[in-house]
Amino acid sequence: MYNIAVLGDRDSVMGFKVLGLDVFPVEHAEEARTTLHKLAKENYAVIYLTEQLAPSLEAEIHRYKDELTPAIILIPGKEGSLGIGMANVSRAVERAIGADIL
Amino acid sequence: MPATTVNATRMELTKLKGRLKTAVRGHKLLKDKRDELMKQFMDVVRENRAMRRSVEEALMRAHSAFTVASALMSPEVLEQSLLYPKQSVDLEMSFRNIMSVNVPLYTFKTKSDNPSEIYPYGFATTSGELDDAVKALAEAFEGMLRLAQIEKTSQLLAEEIEKTRRRVNALEYVKIPQMQENIKYITMKLDENERSATIRLMKVKDMILKQALEQKMAEDALALQAMQA
Repeated sequence: MYNIAVLGDRDSVMGFKVLGLDVFPVEHAEEARTTLHKLAKENYAVIYLTEQLAPSLEAEIHRYKDELTPAIILIPGKEGSLGIGMANVSRAVERAIGADIL
Repeated sequence: MPATTVNATRMELTKLKGRLKTAVRGHKLLKDKRDELMKQFMDVVRENRAMRRSVEEALMRAHSAFTVASALMSPEVLEQSLLYPKQSVDLEMSFRNIMSVNVPLYTFKTKSDNPSEIYPYGFATTSGELDDAVKALAEAFEGMLRLAQIEKTSQLLAEEIEKTRRRVNALEYVKIPQMQENIKYITMKLDENERSATIRLMKVKDMILKQALEQKMAEDALALQAMQA
């Protein structure tokens, strides 16, 4: 049995509580980093992370990219999509094929 | 000359030939694996893109609905309303094997299946906009989980393709040419050795013949002298 976590600023993630997901509101990047590491060690298969936090957690996201769990998935925060999630998809293509052919 | 020093022996040659055969076979297999992975990956990545686009849209709708709701309600009441969820989600994870890459498959079970039972608050103190926001979020959720599955799959596949591609290239452009060159070097060296051995034998034979001839001539000369005396 696995859990799903949502990590981000309070206003962006609050709503997910209603769906029964585990919500971890964080104030700044440092807090997000420690929380992310803690969650990765625990029983979380999917961690949703707001794109607003993604740039400062680049190294952590990269670290878990090749592991089976957790899957760190970027979602747009309240302020809107920054296109980082989409850019990551293109990055995966580039990594696999050598050029972004889509 | 080969890049690395090799012993120019027959045993080394046999060993190298065996390794070359394995390398060529491995190269072919890995290449097939890479092509198939690539095919799978392209499908996954296309779906990933489409999924991400739709999930991001759905989430943005939910977020803006929440913004509206929070404008109509005090933050305390809003927080209070969302504090104790009625719904809970159990996530099950199984694995699917794509060309020996394990990718996750998520299935989830919610506590209540009735979509109207997710609102954890009484309707008296909250605004209708909050209901809309929660509904929008609930609708986005299933897509989010599918997105998680497909995005993780594409990441894992990308890693495996990168690895396989490197192996294929290393075999094709480094390992196999190197071995071929070593084999050529040893063959030439062995041939050279063989030729020099033949020449040496011929020379020795010549020397022995010459010696025998000289001896014979000396004997003849002695015999001639004895006869004349």
